[in-house]
Amino acid sequence: MAGIPHDHYEPKSGFEKWLYARLPIVGLLHSTLTIPTPKNLNWMWIWGIVLTFCLGLQIVTGIVLAMHYTPHVDLAFASVEHIMRDVNGGVMLRYLHANGASLFFFAVYMHIFRGLYYGSYKSPREVTWVIGMVIYFLMVATAFMGYVLPWGQMSFWGATVITGLFSAIPGVGGALQEWLLGGFAVGNATLNRFFSLHYLLPFVIAGLVGLHIWAFHTTGNNNPTGVEVRRGSKEEAEKDTLPFWPYFVIKDLFALAVILTVFFAIVGFMPNFLGEPDNYIQADAMKTPSHIVPEWYLLPFYAILRSFDNTVWAVQLVQFLTFGIVDARLFGVLAMGAAILVMGLAPWLDTSSVRSGRYRPMFKAWFAVLCLDFVVLAWVGSQLPTPFTSWVGLIASTYWFAYFLVILPLLGVLEKPTLAPATIEEDFKSHYADPISGPAE
Amino acid sequence: MFRKIAIGTLSALVLGLGPVQANEAGHIEDIAFSFEGPFGKFDEHQLQRGLQVYTEVCSACHGMKFLRFGSLSEPGGVNLTEDAVKAYAKGFTVVDAITGEDREATPADRFPANTGAGAPDLSVMAKARKGFSGPHGLVVNQLVNGIGGPEYIYSMLTGFTGETKEQAGTVLYENKAFPGGWMSMPNEALAADAVTYADGTEASLHQMSEDVAAFLMWASEPRMMVRKESGMKAVLILGLLSVLLYLTNKRLWSRVKGKKLA
Repeated sequence: MAGIPHDHYEPKSGFEKWLYARLPIVGLLHSTLTIPTPKNLNWMWIWGIVLTFCLGLQIVTGIVLAMHYTPHVDLAFASVEHIMRDVNGGVMLRYLHANGASLFFFAVYMHIFRGLYYGSYKSPREVTWVIGMVIYFLMVATAFMGYVLPWGQMSFWGATVITGLFSAIPGVGGALQEWLLGGFAVGNATLNRFFSLHYLLPFVIAGLVGLHIWAFHTTGNNNPTGVEVRRGSKEEAEKDTLPFWPYFVIKDLFALAVILTVFFAIVGFMPNFLGEPDNYIQADAMKTPSHIVPEWYLLPFYAILRSFDNTVWAVQLVQFLTFGIVDARLFGVLAMGAAILVMGLAPWLDTSSVRSGRYRPMFKAWFAVLCLDFVVLAWVGSQLPTPFTSWVGLIASTYWFAYFLVILPLLGVLEKPTLAPATIEEDFKSHYADPISGPAE
Repeated sequence: MFRKIAIGTLSALVLGLGPVQANEAGHIEDIAFSFEGPFGKFDEHQLQRGLQVYTEVCSACHGMKFLRFGSLSEPGGVNLTEDAVKAYAKGFTVVDAITGEDREATPADRFPANTGAGAPDLSVMAKARKGFSGPHGLVVNQLVNGIGGPEYIYSMLTGFTGETKEQAGTVLYENKAFPGGWMSMPNEALAADAVTYADGTEASLHQMSEDVAAFLMWASEPRMMVRKESGMKAVLILGLLSVLLYLTNKRLWSRVKGKKLA
């Protein structure tokens, strides 16, 4: 495998040699754990471990919950209450799983915005980035289907609204929606297939996570300077890097422990804070809730979906140019999909030769606005639409697209970057004094 | 830089949000329930009074189909003796799942459903309502006051103005806490001295409303105390682990990293 030069695994004992000749799995684990890692990584590089933990947590709690859950429209809600009241440890299992989704998305957003700021998506890490975006997209799908399973009011009506989006597709939309739902409306067939897919997709995600790690272990980690590790020789590389074990494993575990302390406080003391009370009312196809909202982590994209109504001139123009095929509803659906797609295209939209935002003065300001924009979009998505929120939503949605489609390409031309350090070692030495003396060991 | 952006984003969000729609939900009073906060515990006497209010008043129209009678003797809640629960359950008639015939309930059964009057089931009612959603719909006040399900129940029970109106053949009663202001539950549903408390507590409307709100919170999550204990243990263990890992990490990195330069 190409990559940063480092020591490779040498089988020593007889058994190790025997196994190595047949299946070099120990060597693979060894390379993975000892991979040279830029020594200047900051605290924004801990989210990968948190995300891996979340995937494991969701799969383990989810498998046990599935042993007690019943995917049937008449029994699903009751089986969740059965978990809460009769199953040993059921309360913690369910709250860990429900809040685990929130931690998962919080971590993935930190991870994505880290990548956007430090230019982790740029060459040669485009494949890592694109796989990451696919993982994110599957996370959204998995979380959405999981939210339907308790069969509360928000489950049912959320599913109705979101699957209804497919009917906006011209021609095949209606048939497609019916095929997805297994009927004309959200019902038992829908609940069963969502349960099946909600169980399946996490394992697809796990496979993609493997590819994601493989890809960035091939290119090496990015780092806050965006300067590549020197690869001329092992000695040179060692000046820029430290082995993943123990330096980054311990650091990441420390960060994970702190985050889990907060997480367990939420699970133990306020587990319903992030949920919607309406979902403790059993699904009722005859009663539409006054305000249908997705979970917080989907709000920004929900806001983009709702922002483009037919009072927007761009929507009217597109509708006119496509002879009415792309109406306001389809425009909203396309915008929501495109909002994630433009993120995936960032490697080819960003024209700057400098990787890290640290050395890009103009970029910093636009990026800060993007972060604010994301939060504003989430807020807009959580509100009942009013003229004011629609107006804010439209501006915020427009900025989201403008950032990726206009600002990133233009900045590369217009901006004068500051000077990045020549090496990671230089950056590290400018931030930290030499160690006084090693601990007595 | 990342920290600056995060802080800037959050403060801009909190300070900068201008005019937002008014909250259409009704007026909810905050009550300092004994079970609130990480260390809060249910007051078993209050829950027993609340059970009495449910049994003698609410159960006439409202079922509680997910709550097992046996939960009444679980620790951390109503805390009745097992004999008392057996005796209490006998007062209810349930349909036997196997024979399909009516029989007296046992602790293994659940409270009966009651759909006769069209009244909602109360099993998870205290979690299905929110009392607080502000400011500006950001639900930040829930961090201080809790989500406010029991507060909503209390405010609704004490929130009738006495006004009535007829709409499409049904009588609606004005209520200050109910979203929209008019509900079909009659204002005389719970009136002062509707029950006589065995422990001598005065059965005022406010007292009964608070008691039954607390009881319904317990009924919504009979294992709340277990959850808080698990949470507390996890927080303490993980807090300790964080300290140990912090020290390990610091020592480990001291080999390669000196003092941070300004």
